Amino acid sequence: MARAAVLGRLTWRVGTLVAFRDETEFARTLVFSIPDWPGHDAGQHVDVRLTAPDGYSTQRSYSIASAAGGDLVELTVERLADGEVSPYLSQVLSIGDQIELRGPVGGWFVWDPSLAAQVLLVAGGSGVVPLMSMVRTRAKFGSHVPFRLVYSVRDPGSVLFGAELAELQRVDSSFEVHYAFTRTTPAGVARPAGRIDATYLADAGFSAGLAPAVFVCGPTGFVETVANLLVAAGHDAGRVKTERFGPSGSQR
Amino acid sequence: MAGIVSPGFFGRRRVAGASLPPGQYLVRDFPVLSAGPTPRVSHDTWEFRIVTETGEKRGWDWAAFTALPAEDITVDLHCVTKWSKLGTSWRGVSVDTLLDGIETSAEYALALSYGGYTTNLPLSALVDGKAWLAFSYDGSDLTPEHGGPVRLLVPHLYLWKSAKWVRGIDLRLREERGFWEQLGYHNDGDPWLEQRYSAD
Repeated sequence: MARAAVLGRLTWRVGTLVAFRDETEFARTLVFSIPDWPGHDAGQHVDVRLTAPDGYSTQRSYSIASAAGGDLVELTVERLADGEVSPYLSQVLSIGDQIELRGPVGGWFVWDPSLAAQVLLVAGGSGVVPLMSMVRTRAKFGSHVPFRLVYSVRDPGSVLFGAELAELQRVDSSFEVHYAFTRTTPAGVARPAGRIDATYLADAGFSAGLAPAVFVCGPTGFVETVANLLVAAGHDAGRVKTERFGPSGSQR
Repeated sequence: MAGIVSPGFFGRRRVAGASLPPGQYLVRDFPVLSAGPTPRVSHDTWEFRIVTETGEKRGWDWAAFTALPAEDITVDLHCVTKWSKLGTSWRGVSVDTLLDGIETSAEYALALSYGGYTTNLPLSALVDGKAWLAFSYDGSDLTPEHGGPVRLLVPHLYLWKSAKWVRGIDLRLREERGFWEQLGYHNDGDPWLEQRYSAD
């Protein structure tokens, strides 16, 4: 919140792509160097502006995946089949190319590593991106606040950051990842494919009595369902922060 | 800013005749953006009240509210997250109707919602046929996800000013910033001036 209070004008800055990593068949992480980048909090996003040679331009918002602080900004962009901007960012933009960005934006859906409350993160698909920034920020700042990530994803091939999450879980007993595969489960997983329900949330998440801070991010229908389940399970609505994307009813 | 051009980017050109504010793109669906769980408010318990700067109150329960004259409204919506949706159809009660007969010298309004959301507007943005309390969308009761039972509809400003689940309007002599306005978003939120963030 402190950042919001001192926010000056958010100017457009030129970001240069310095690296990229393909996370899945459809998602690529783009690493930008942005001179005079003021830094960001875990969970914030940036606006991206692309301009075509004839002057046509358009803007989109993308969550930041990298940890708070730091000079580089990582965006993990999922390519949408009918997207206007995501196919360009995830397939065409090359090392050394420049685009315009401004931010960081958003002072609500953010996690502050100085907070003591345990944290429940619930991700639907690429909604894991801003939550990953929180997970990385926790590790970077050496926080030992108990974190649980409940990650709903279509199939094993669609998991973002899987190896990094596994490693973080291996080295830190207060960090847990619980996958809910909605279509195809990997070999050896007992839980049949299916959406997150009340039972799964109760088993994998923190109970309402522990008063965790909760962050839910994903497609609208997913977030609506999960937020309703959490409130029904006794979580205080004021501690459940949500970020929704996509059309109502979408299950991307 | 000297234009940074992306040679390989073509983009999707605007539909001929479609008039969009700067930086907006057209959608056909109706995205939902909310900061927390969706409040569920039944018609039985719903109330709306206006409180003036002197503390004078006027309130409506569901029966009284739905007895007020309502209008069909067709307007374009512009969300600060960049999407715009054109020609949306609503039914609602004009804020002018609600304010009729209320004595006030307030210049500012703070809309208050079930669930704790707030947003501030100059009173001038809410009057003269520019704002409604909408209870129906596309011919059906307004769903909770889109702000039902009743949301404020101020289509000439970015959509965060159209408070979902609205339960009241406080009229104030001094401005008090609302939820997003305290979190770095613009105080006025005019999409045609692209007033997205605080110092735009």
